[in-house]
Amino acid sequence: MSIALSAVDISRALTRISHEILERNSGSESIVLMGIPTRGAFLSQRLSIMIESIEKSPVSVGTLDITLHRDDLRLHPIRALVPTLVPKGGIEGKNVILVDDVLFSGRTIRAALDALGEMGRPKSVQLAVLVDRGHRQLPIRADYVGKNLPTSRGEIVKVRLGEIDGADEVLLEPEGNQ
Amino acid sequence: MTKYLVERATLTDGSQSNILISEGVIKWVGHSVLPVEVQDAIRVDVNGAIALPGLVDLHTHLREPGREDSETVLSGSRSAAKGGFTAVSAMANTFPVADTAGVVEQVYRLGQLAGFVDVFPIGAVTQGLAGKALAELGAMADSEARVRVFSDDGNCVFDPMVMRRALEYVKKFGGVIAQHAQDPVLTVDSQMNEGIISSRLGLKGWPSVAEEAIIARDVLLADHVGSRLHICHVTTAGGVEIIRWAKSRGIQVSAEVTPHHLLLTDDYARNFDPVFKVNPPLRTQEDVMALREGLADGTIDIVATDHAPHPSESKECEWQAAAFGMIGLETALSIVQLTMVESGLISWSHVADRMSLAPAKIGRYSDHGQPILPGSTANLTFVDSGGSWKVDRDLMLSRSRNTPFHGMELPGQVVATFYRGEPTVLNGALVRGTRVS
Amino acid sequence: MRHLLSASDLTYSEALKILDTAAQMARVSEGPVKKLPTLRGRTIVNLFFEDSTRTRISFEAAAKRLSADVINFSAKGSSVSKGESLKDTAQTLQAMGADAIIIRHDSSGAPQRLADSGWTSSVVINAGDGTHEHPTQALLDAFTIRKHLKVGVGDLSGLTIAIVGDILHSRVARSNVTLLSLLGAQVILVAPPTLLPLGVESWPAQISFELDSVLPYVDAVMMLRVQQERMNDFFFPTAREYSHYFGLNADRLALLKPSAIIMHPGPMNRGLEITAACADSARSVIVEQVANGVSVRMAVLYLLVAGAPDENGESLA
Repeated sequence: MSIALSAVDISRALTRISHEILERNSGSESIVLMGIPTRGAFLSQRLSIMIESIEKSPVSVGTLDITLHRDDLRLHPIRALVPTLVPKGGIEGKNVILVDDVLFSGRTIRAALDALGEMGRPKSVQLAVLVDRGHRQLPIRADYVGKNLPTSRGEIVKVRLGEIDGADEVLLEPEGNQ
Repeated sequence: MTKYLVERATLTDGSQSNILISEGVIKWVGHSVLPVEVQDAIRVDVNGAIALPGLVDLHTHLREPGREDSETVLSGSRSAAKGGFTAVSAMANTFPVADTAGVVEQVYRLGQLAGFVDVFPIGAVTQGLAGKALAELGAMADSEARVRVFSDDGNCVFDPMVMRRALEYVKKFGGVIAQHAQDPVLTVDSQMNEGIISSRLGLKGWPSVAEEAIIARDVLLADHVGSRLHICHVTTAGGVEIIRWAKSRGIQVSAEVTPHHLLLTDDYARNFDPVFKVNPPLRTQEDVMALREGLADGTIDIVATDHAPHPSESKECEWQAAAFGMIGLETALSIVQLTMVESGLISWSHVADRMSLAPAKIGRYSDHGQPILPGSTANLTFVDSGGSWKVDRDLMLSRSRNTPFHGMELPGQVVATFYRGEPTVLNGALVRGTRVS
Repeated sequence: MRHLLSASDLTYSEALKILDTAAQMARVSEGPVKKLPTLRGRTIVNLFFEDSTRTRISFEAAAKRLSADVINFSAKGSSVSKGESLKDTAQTLQAMGADAIIIRHDSSGAPQRLADSGWTSSVVINAGDGTHEHPTQALLDAFTIRKHLKVGVGDLSGLTIAIVGDILHSRVARSNVTLLSLLGAQVILVAPPTLLPLGVESWPAQISFELDSVLPYVDAVMMLRVQQERMNDFFFPTAREYSHYFGLNADRLALLKPSAIIMHPGPMNRGLEITAACADSARSVIVEQVANGVSVRMAVLYLLVAGAPDENGESLA
C-alpha cells in the first residue's frame, strides 16, 4: 500500500481544478457542479466553496445519483438510492461539470450522462476527477484531473475524504488486498 | 392352507408370546411349550413387535367406482394392509353413489377380489347423497355386502326430518347412521377453521359451531327415537363435550377422530399448501388436546382415517381451488402412537380397542376386532413400536400422494399384517399376490 | 426477501427502504423525462386472474418507467379450471423468461403458491389476492401518509390512522394493519361487528364500532369500499343504514382535526362509504394515492428485480 496523494496534494489539486474551471468557463456564472455520490458529492462541495471564495459569488452545486442508470445492476445485489439534488436554476443551458473521485472504466460517467439527459439539455458537460487511473472501457476523458495515476488493472485506488473517512488521502493498494 | 408360527410377539399386556395361525384362525397363543402342530409351520419372527388385532377403519374413501385415477379398491386395499388394517369401510360418495344394493355389492366383491383386507361398503343415507329422499337402506343391508353403516359423508344429512327417519329405519337391521356433522348454511365456501389464522389469511372461516350444532341436534334426535348414531371425524373441543354429555345420558352415540386431527392444527394453513386442506378442517391446538383427551377417556370411541385420495392436480393449485382431503391409511397407526401412546394418554391395549375392537363393534364386523386368543379369526397386526420411519409420499401404496405428513419422522412400523390367516405384510413390505378366497 | 407476497414479509428497515426508494422514484415521475433505463431487457408479466384496471395500469406504468418489457396476461375467463391454469400459466411464463410476475388473483394465497411451488423461478409480487393481502397498496398508503404527515421521512410513529368499513373482506385492511403498525402508527379499525373477522382482537389494532367517537383523534382516515352484494349476506341491513353509521360525510368531516387526511384505495362507492363532498375535499388525498402508487411500485420493482440476489438468495435485505 502506498500513498498516492496526501491531504496537501488533494487540496492543491482541487485548488488548481477550481482555477481551471473558472478559466475555461469564463467565470462561475454559467456553471453547475454535479457531484456523483458518495465522494464525488463531497468533492463538488469543496470545489464550490473554493470557486466561491475566488469569485465572491455563489455557485450552483448539486448531486447526481446514477444508480438507476448503471449497466451492471443485475450483476450485484441492489444498492440503496441516494437523493439526486438539482440546484434551483436547473441544468438547462448550463455548463454542467460532473465531479467524481476516480475515473476508471468510464461506465459511471456514461451512466451520469444518461441521468443528466433526463433532467434537461445543458449547454455543455465537462468532467472533473480527483484521480484518473486509466483503463478506460468507453471513449470518455476528463477535462480536469487532479492526478494521473498509472495503475495495473487489478490494483485498488482508495480515495478517503475527511467528511466520511476521517482523513484526506488517496491510497494505492496491490491486487487482492482488501 | 399354510400354517404360520409368529414368534416373539409382544401382547398388549407386555408378555411375549408365539402365535400359531392355521386355517384362518388363531390356534394357539403361548410361550413355553410348543405343540406338535408347529412342525410344518412357516416361522415369522417379529422380534418383539406388539401384536394387535387387525386394524379396522370405519371411514375410508376408495374412490371406486368413478374416480379410479385417485384410488381403486385394490390400491386402497394394499395401502390399508401396509398400514396394518384388515378391514376398511368404503364410503358411499363414489360415482355412481353407493346408494343401491348393486353398487355396494360391486364394491364388496372388488374388495374380496383384491384380497388384502375386507372391504365393507358404507351405504348412502339418501339417494345420490342429496339429503332429500332415503336410499334403499334395507336392500343394501340385505345384500351380499350386508351393509350396517350408512353415511352421506362429504355431505351432512341436514334435514332434521330425513335424519330422524334414517335413524329410525336402520333399527330394523341394527344399522347405524354415521353423520358428517356440518351445517351447510354456516359453511358456504368455507376453506379452513374460522379463527385467528383464517382471519389473517383471508380464507373463509369454518366455524366450530357448524359442527357442534349438528352433533347436538343429532344426539337429541337419536335419544328421542332410541337409535344408534355415529359421529364422523369430530374436530372440536365443543363436539367432544356434547358427546360426553350425550353418553352420560345413555344416548347410543359413538364418535370417531382422524389421526390428522389428533396432530395437526390450522397453523399448517399458513403457507397455503392445500395438502393441509381437509373437511372437516384442521382446528386449534386446544381442540387437538380435547380430542386426544376424548379418545383417551372413551368419549371418542375410535380412530378412523378418513383416507381421502386425490390426484395431484387437485392439490397442485390455489388453496380455494383445491380438493378437501388427505390420505391416511399408511400413517394412521404411527400418528396414534405419536400422539396418544408416546404422550402417555393411552396404552397399547387401548390402541387395540380404538383401532380394532370398537370400530368392528360399531360396524358389526364380526370377524374383526376379536381378542388375540385361540379361536379368533386370524386378523392380526404387528407393530415395531421402537422403530421409526420417514414418510415419503412417493413411496405410498395409495394411488395418491396427498399425505400431510410427507417428510415427517414417525414412530412405529407395521412389520407384519395377517388377514384371515394369510400374511399381507411381512418384514414391513407388502406380500405380493396375496389372495384369500 | 425475494418476493413481495405479504406486508408481513417486510422488516421495519425493508419497509423504510422501499418508501425512501419510492421518494427517489417520485422525482423521476415529476421530471420532464419519465423514463429510466434500469430494467431494460427485463420482462415483467402482469398476470391478472381478476379484473383490476387501476392496479394493472399502475404496475404497467411503473415497469415501463423503468424500461422493462411488460406483458399483460389476463387469465380471467379462461376455460381451463383455475387450479390447472395457475400451474400451466406459471410454467408458460417461466418458459418465456419472465423476470417477475405481478399476480392478482381472487384466491387468497395464490401468489404464495406461485412463489413456493417451484413452477417458476420468477420474482413474485402480490398485486392483491382474494381477501388476504395487497402489500403494494399498503406501501403506497404509508408513503402517502408519510408525505403529508411526516414531511416524507422516517416512520409513522405518533400517528393514529382509522381504517373504516368492510375489514372482513379487505385485503387492503390486512396489509395496512400489518405495515402501518410495523411503522409505528396506531391503527383503529372501525366497522360493524359483522364486518370484523373473528379473532381481530389479536391484530395490532384497536377496534371500534363508533366512527364518530374515533374521528376527532385520527391523523388519517381510510375509507374502504363496501361491496353492494354484502347486503345480501346480512352483513348490514341496508345501504342507507350503513352510510348513516359508517359513511364519511360533511358532518363527520367537521369532526376531523384540521391536519387530518382522507384516503380511499378506490374504486369508490360515492354516496355509500364516502360522499362526493368528502372525496373531493381539500383533505382528500385519494387522487394523489394513485400517483404515489406508481412510485412505490417502481421502488418495489427496482429493489426486487434490478439486482442480483445476494448470497442468501435475498434481493431486498
